[in-house]
Amino acid sequence: MTTNGDQKIPLWRDDRFWRIALQILVIVIVVSVFALLGGNLTRNLRQTGNNFGFDFLKTSAGFNILDSLIPYTPTDPYSRVLFAGLLNSLRVMFFGIILTTLLGIAVGVARFSDNWLLRQLSLIYVEIVRNTPLLLQLVFWYGIFVQFPLIKESLNIFNSIYLSKQGIFLPWPSGIQGIIGLGILVICAIAAFIVSKRRTKVMVERGESGQPQLITLGIIGIIALLTLTVGLNWQRPMFNPTTNTIEGGLRLTIEFTTLLVSLVVYTAAYIAEIVRAGIQSVPKGQWEAARSLGLKSGLVMQLVVFPQALRVIIPPLNSQYLNLAKNSSLAVAVAYADVYNVANTTFNQTGRAIEVMLIIMATYLTINLFISLGMNQLNRSVQLRER
Amino acid sequence: MTSVPSTSSQQPPQIVVLSAKEWLQKNLFNTWYNTLITLGISTLLFFMLTRFISWAFTLAKWSVIPANLPLFFVGRFPSDQYWRLWIMLGIISILSGITWGFLARNSRLLFSKNTLVTLGFVGILAVITPVPIIFRFLLIGMLLLLLAGAWGGKTIGNTQPKLGKWLPFSWFLLLIVCIWFIGGGLGLKVVQTNLWGGLMLTLLMSIVSILLSFPIGILLALGRQSGLPIIRILSTIYIEIIRGLPLITILFMGQVLLPLFLPEGTRPDRILRAIIGLTMFSSAYLAENIRGGLQAIPRGQTEAAKALGLNTPLVVSLIILPQALKVSIPSIVGQFISLFQDTTLLSIVGLVELLGMSRSILANPKFLGRYLEVYLFIGILYWIFCYAMSVASQKLEKQLNTEHK
Repeated sequence: MTTNGDQKIPLWRDDRFWRIALQILVIVIVVSVFALLGGNLTRNLRQTGNNFGFDFLKTSAGFNILDSLIPYTPTDPYSRVLFAGLLNSLRVMFFGIILTTLLGIAVGVARFSDNWLLRQLSLIYVEIVRNTPLLLQLVFWYGIFVQFPLIKESLNIFNSIYLSKQGIFLPWPSGIQGIIGLGILVICAIAAFIVSKRRTKVMVERGESGQPQLITLGIIGIIALLTLTVGLNWQRPMFNPTTNTIEGGLRLTIEFTTLLVSLVVYTAAYIAEIVRAGIQSVPKGQWEAARSLGLKSGLVMQLVVFPQALRVIIPPLNSQYLNLAKNSSLAVAVAYADVYNVANTTFNQTGRAIEVMLIIMATYLTINLFISLGMNQLNRSVQLRER
Repeated sequence: MTSVPSTSSQQPPQIVVLSAKEWLQKNLFNTWYNTLITLGISTLLFFMLTRFISWAFTLAKWSVIPANLPLFFVGRFPSDQYWRLWIMLGIISILSGITWGFLARNSRLLFSKNTLVTLGFVGILAVITPVPIIFRFLLIGMLLLLLAGAWGGKTIGNTQPKLGKWLPFSWFLLLIVCIWFIGGGLGLKVVQTNLWGGLMLTLLMSIVSILLSFPIGILLALGRQSGLPIIRILSTIYIEIIRGLPLITILFMGQVLLPLFLPEGTRPDRILRAIIGLTMFSSAYLAENIRGGLQAIPRGQTEAAKALGLNTPLVVSLIILPQALKVSIPSIVGQFISLFQDTTLLSIVGLVELLGMSRSILANPKFLGRYLEVYLFIGILYWIFCYAMSVASQKLEKQLNTEHK
């Protein structure tokens, strides 16, 4: 024993030793668990005679799907049916996110209304929806929608909207004129947005009346209204009694509508709570200060409170969008051909559990990544920039 | 006289009592657009309510509910073994009563007005429930056991408050006893797991999964926060992948892939596979909730504990974790509520929990097309459980808030 050795900390009390030892231990455990599982897997796969590989994607799928955005026949390969399923998923997610945001913000802001009935209604909506399972709501809506009558005696509203077991039929722009009309509408919307921003700016900063901008807005509104009524070449769905079908217009299948409605209604309740919390997080002094500067309550919300609330709102909103995207996989409960449902059928037919699972994982992780990237970008633009 | 504070400034502001007309004027018809909104909503509500009421009293056939009550609650559990479940429910009632009494030992009144009203309501419900008369007596008996337990718990709590730390332990023991009562064995007749179902299975699955995922979630949260790079990366990968996937694919993984990864011939029970899937899923979410709590603890706490000479495991287990868990209780309860709701997805992978049971009842030709009645009924059941949990969590949060404000 040297004097030097007496001062040395014993190995078992040395923090540095434990740090390294613990990590090595974890690696050993993880690697051996994976080796064990992998060994079992290869043995089990050899037993069933399925070699790992994605060759099966090229073989003919042989099953039909109800909804498809791309032309698809049962003789097409699995890769095509999976792609059609992916597009179906994306369609639900895209419209779901837009509609749920609108509904969620409306319900969240309604909690601050000075109308007692509206406040209570939004409270009841949130309490009911958040305390019942999504899947139950999904099958509940499906239970309502499948009780729609057959196409022969379908409910029709003003001869232009038909509700039936075969789907919901809506008027829809048609032909090349419809596309041009839609383009004009988009341009009008952008122009109106820019003009109204400018109007608030000159009114707030220079104290001008904003009259010229208001007139411009009015003109844009008239153009948009004209395009909307006559320019779009609306095509109304028509009931054809000889073939017992409805022709023309836009057809939404009951499965798609059920999934979209239940996802939107469910997620909007959560978004409403997020919006409410965000608005409440803005100090009362901000309201009072803005009012004392002479802003009307609509402008206070738009210029002072909401931009600050957005900082609190956006991060949890991101996770609600992710939830909506993930929950769209519940489509399998109403047999809507989303990517999970199609992959599930593919697995049942081919028995390729590992490959199908990898495809599903890759799909959802990529979708999540893109939603998160977009939301982070948005978050950066509203974040507080401190000096 | 000036030294005496004027009494008027000490008084609380006067409560303004509005007459019914003034109230309506102020809350519903103060501006023209509010009048419009009020009228619109009232018309809509009126139409919906009248349609709903006329449906509920004329078209709806509610007989599907009482005819299937046992199925809803316990699935296809053999009816000659129901006595086991009643004993189990009795023990649960007593223990929840004791816990309630114990927690409320310092409050002046055990039975406040609201509690009495709720209990009375439950009692009336127990009496009018359309089940054989013996079950009504048993239900009233359960209520009495609960009350007796509460009274006993309060007495024990006031005389021997130290016994409180045995309560969590006894709940854990009770869970094992429950599984024994349900599954049988050790002298009781064995009931195969494919006969477990209904609300009983829903509750069992969610409680077991949350208990299992709790320690894993804590470890993952600590791992993600740890200074050891390899552990941090592995935990992060696990959490992010699981949170990026829909629950249904994880359940699919549990049902289909798990047997592939296990040695040949071992095929764990369906329910066990589902529990593994649920646990994998909720542990990742719990880890994030707990991480939120960990981040809320100031660094000074760690430094102070280190300065006292505690090593890392002791710092974490004695100083950091207790505080972090307390902070994250609301989000943990939130996670529990959503796990409870998510058990409905098990019906997709073929388990007959509450929703699965309802769907198999609806598949019975006798009850074809009775969707709305059945789904409304189980919707109310889910709602009661979830709402009760969220109210309880708010109470717990207030009780545990020991900060001096």
